[in-house]
Amino acid sequence: MDLRLDVNEHGDWSVLRVGGEVDVATAPKLREQMISLVNDQRYKLIVDLGGVDFIDSTGLGVLIGALKRVRSHDGDLHLVCHDDRIVRVFEITGLDKVFRIHDSLDAAVVP
Amino acid sequence: MVGTVGEGALIELDLPARPEVVAVARLVVGSLALDDPAFDDDRAADLRLAVSEACTNAVRAQQRRGETAPIQMLYRVRSGWIEVRVRDAGGGFDPESLRKPVDLSRPGRLDHEGGLGVPLIRLLSDTVEFRPIADGTEVVMGFGPLARTGRLTD
Repeated sequence: MDLRLDVNEHGDWSVLRVGGEVDVATAPKLREQMISLVNDQRYKLIVDLGGVDFIDSTGLGVLIGALKRVRSHDGDLHLVCHDDRIVRVFEITGLDKVFRIHDSLDAAVVP
Repeated sequence: MVGTVGEGALIELDLPARPEVVAVARLVVGSLALDDPAFDDDRAADLRLAVSEACTNAVRAQQRRGETAPIQMLYRVRSGWIEVRVRDAGGGFDPESLRKPVDLSRPGRLDHEGGLGVPLIRLLSDTVEFRPIADGTEVVMGFGPLARTGRLTD
């Protein structure tokens, strides 16, 4: 199962676009990418989950770890997601209270 | 690998204990749900998530022990009901220890990246049992067509 990752800059923010399925097989690749961004001192991250078809608790764990890393540098991590099924995973786990979830990239980068 | 999908039919899959197979385990349950008109797409997504969590736990448990036996997946289907069993040789665990999920709304929540799998399985399935079997665990999940409501933090 493939995971697609693409990073670009959007003002002060680094935007990581994720596509595919995020599970125990693919999460390590996502974790590596997020650690690499933090190592490059990019602490304002937006993870765009618009291309994600599936995410489970392993994927959620990677996002929690990344949030912890950027917050330790006074940064932040926002999510973009408009797929109700993916948003539901955040809602039922209570993580919608932990992450700021926006329905578009434009909404996410508004200060 | 045996069986055809139908009333009371059983599909049995022996999957190597590797992360890549989790996608296969949930693909099967997703297909079974979409084949039954009682299950809508949202409920099929719940089943895929619960099965992904159970299969992930099985793979991880076996990998921790270096156990190379296959993970056994059994799917039983009757009208309006899907049962999935996941059997591992991961040494077993105490599911009660995971009954209370991490409260992610509390301070210190970010210290916990894991521990959501078993609570999610409990939330999304209509019935669930964690049975000790020789050298491991059998998780038996039953799913009806109606979406489960609630959140882990309720």
